[in-house]
Amino acid sequence: MLFKPISQSFHDFLVERDKERCINCEVCVRQCPYDVYYWDDARQQVMHDSSKCIGCHRCEALCPTACITVRRNPAEFRPNSLWTGTYIKNLFKQADTGGVLLSGCGCPQDKPIYWDKLQLDASQVTNPSIDPLREPMETRTFLGSKPDMLEFEETPDGPCLKGKLSPQLTLEYPIMFGAMSFGAINFNLHKAMALAATETGIYYNTGEGGLHQTLYKYGKNTIVQVASGRFGVHRDYLNAGAAIEIKVGQGAKPGIGGHLPGEKIDEEVSKTRMVPLGSDAISPAPHHDIYSIEDLLQLIYALKEATEYTKPVSVKIAAVHNAAAIASGIVRAGADIVVIDGFRGGTGAAPTMIRDNVGLPIELCLAAVDRRLRDDGIRNQASLVASGGIRCSADVVKAIALGADAVYIGSAALIAVGCTMCGRCYTGKCPWGIATNEARLKKRQNPDVAAKRLANLVKAWGHEIQEMLGGMGLNSIESLRGNTDKLRGIGLNQIELDTLGVKAAGQ
Amino acid sequence: MKAPARFWDFNKDISGCGVFGVLHKKRGLIDGDMPIKAMCTMHDRGNGQGGGFAAYGIYPDFKDCYAFHLLCETQEGLDNAEAVIKTYFDIKESQPIPTRRTLAIKNPPIVWRFFLTPKEDRPRWKDASEADYIVSVVMLINKDVKDAFVLSSGKDMGAFKGVGFPEDIADFFRLDEYKGYIWTGHNRFPTNSQAWWGGAHPFTLLDWAIVHNGEISSYGINRRYLAQHDYLCTLHTDTEVVAYLLDMLTRKHKLSLRMASYIFAPPFWDEIDRMPPAQQEAFRALRMVYGPAMLNGPFAILVTNNTTMMGLNDRVKLRPLLVAEKDDMVFMSSEESSIREVQRDLDRIWAPKAGEPVIAEVEA
Repeated sequence: MLFKPISQSFHDFLVERDKERCINCEVCVRQCPYDVYYWDDARQQVMHDSSKCIGCHRCEALCPTACITVRRNPAEFRPNSLWTGTYIKNLFKQADTGGVLLSGCGCPQDKPIYWDKLQLDASQVTNPSIDPLREPMETRTFLGSKPDMLEFEETPDGPCLKGKLSPQLTLEYPIMFGAMSFGAINFNLHKAMALAATETGIYYNTGEGGLHQTLYKYGKNTIVQVASGRFGVHRDYLNAGAAIEIKVGQGAKPGIGGHLPGEKIDEEVSKTRMVPLGSDAISPAPHHDIYSIEDLLQLIYALKEATEYTKPVSVKIAAVHNAAAIASGIVRAGADIVVIDGFRGGTGAAPTMIRDNVGLPIELCLAAVDRRLRDDGIRNQASLVASGGIRCSADVVKAIALGADAVYIGSAALIAVGCTMCGRCYTGKCPWGIATNEARLKKRQNPDVAAKRLANLVKAWGHEIQEMLGGMGLNSIESLRGNTDKLRGIGLNQIELDTLGVKAAGQ
Repeated sequence: MKAPARFWDFNKDISGCGVFGVLHKKRGLIDGDMPIKAMCTMHDRGNGQGGGFAAYGIYPDFKDCYAFHLLCETQEGLDNAEAVIKTYFDIKESQPIPTRRTLAIKNPPIVWRFFLTPKEDRPRWKDASEADYIVSVVMLINKDVKDAFVLSSGKDMGAFKGVGFPEDIADFFRLDEYKGYIWTGHNRFPTNSQAWWGGAHPFTLLDWAIVHNGEISSYGINRRYLAQHDYLCTLHTDTEVVAYLLDMLTRKHKLSLRMASYIFAPPFWDEIDRMPPAQQEAFRALRMVYGPAMLNGPFAILVTNNTTMMGLNDRVKLRPLLVAEKDDMVFMSSEESSIREVQRDLDRIWAPKAGEPVIAEVEA
């Protein structure tokens, strides 16, 4: 190669192959959609070009002789804490192309992760910890608007409720699969989420790309999303799910719309989204019928009318500076569920600058929103769902103690089916068969196998949540919700502690 | 109500305890000696850091007045509290609560009682119900008047409590001289060292009195929920939330004591799932709406008002509670020995199931 752009020379990863173990079987050649590996006819052996490697580790995982190791390229620029390699390489790339830097997955930068600075409590002596293997341990959760008080008629058979509650979602675990659109991820994974949600008694969210006709039968465990592009939104779609979510914003890219490149729009995606085959599906930054809160109220009630008030309506916003006041307005506008998506939330494609610099940590924002809704006396009118960077069951427990009713998991669910967070979802060439609609790649995900893995994940977290609850002397999740007394902060300053509503460890 | 600034920054007392209660269904008067003797039997359930009693039917001459028992660290505290009381009430009678000097009780605070009727022309809270008016004044004194606390505020009832073993507290307050048709007693074993007279049991609000053995692990959220409903927790103890929750549920939300007990210790979901559809719906709604009022953690609790005594355990019965009957008397206690000590022959004695309320009522 006579010429290549300098950006290509400073590549991120280095592929090392143990020549003694390589049997030239070409598995790597077939597995890598980025053409790192090729068969060299002249040398009669497999060769590789590290400059193309994106660090997904697919080859490493599938190599039958384990001869491949993908490492970070040890070549280093002169140390400079301001002009790090990332910035230098980005500048080279932009000088090459004149384009916006794109990224997939959530913000990877070294910014505070408050989950790691919160410690949970456990019972000792004065109250017994409860063993979930021997005693009931309840994680059932309801999402929807609750009245201030209830009236009962007491009969010899037991109490009877006077009046009716508004529609609710019933979750066996306080966990849901977050919005990932059909198109951004493929049909196999949508089906897997539907199956896993059904099996575990939770919900999955369709994202903004509509709902494939064959998945309507899982509607009982589906939340259908209405986003600014209105892709795939029609009457049957709205009535197909158990709840409707209006997506106003996304934690990974607050303030901007979505972009599904034409390469990912095959026939099924085109039909489901109701967009032309192969054309980019671009959802606008705002909803063009929501320029203010009163417009949101109209959309909420338009959707409630369309579904005859049988389904809760959720509104999802990104965690931004003024989220507490916005959330309060959303509840007053009639939303039954408010979703707050933190800046660590994942995405199929986002401008890197937006992903890494816009939005707030979910932990702080969640606590602020929960407190505002309580202070305004409207916390019961809507459920609160937190999302954006929930990595493990302890994060779920901490989110609930900070005031969330439930959480959405997106990245964690994808990792459960193989994703290694390589962050190139926007290329449509996902080596793990997740964020791709290419036939040869998407078949790498078997819906039944993926469903099993997702269900396993939810159940495993469920067990862990039960253990942690029992340790705290609680046997039901509602006693943890908003109970910040179960948390203590380590290494946090007073302002952070006050925002979280948490005492410092040792206090 | 907006949650107080730094609502999470509280210190909660933790304690283990013994409880005893007796109710006479025909309002027959029971000597103070009986609950005192019963509590003596359970001496070892406390550590001398708190004891107390609640008695109903002790002020027949002031039946229609609110009896305010005050505990004041200083004379100034009492004077200030009296000034507040005078603003909102007509004072029918004002007197020190009779006490005996005993060796066991050192440096007791000033204890005083007022018999009150609300002012016809209220200076504040004009539109509130009478009960709300009383609660508002109690909250005002407890929150804003330094060194003064209202121990009890109901009609024809009173709470007597302090730092010491219950038998010493009874001796101090001369409880052997009182007669009542409902008595509850409490012996306390707190794990912290700073004992405080206001922190002993029973906790009261209006006619409600509560004695409690347990730790409410859901305290953090119960407290926040109460703040949303205009109740401010000031007494640094988890039992306080039970009193306020009861008041909210039964008086403001107009639920029965039984429904309140279902909120405190609701059936498990797998039980609810097996109920008939109407009850499923009722209990689902109850748990959904009143989840933040659920009392989670080990407890055995006795709740009393002018006509009722309710005993309730947590959902997995992590603290002891027994109920016994003899003729017109109903006993509830942490230990059978304490009941046998005061009533050797019993018609019936049983341990109620976890989460199952036992409600004894005075006949109309």
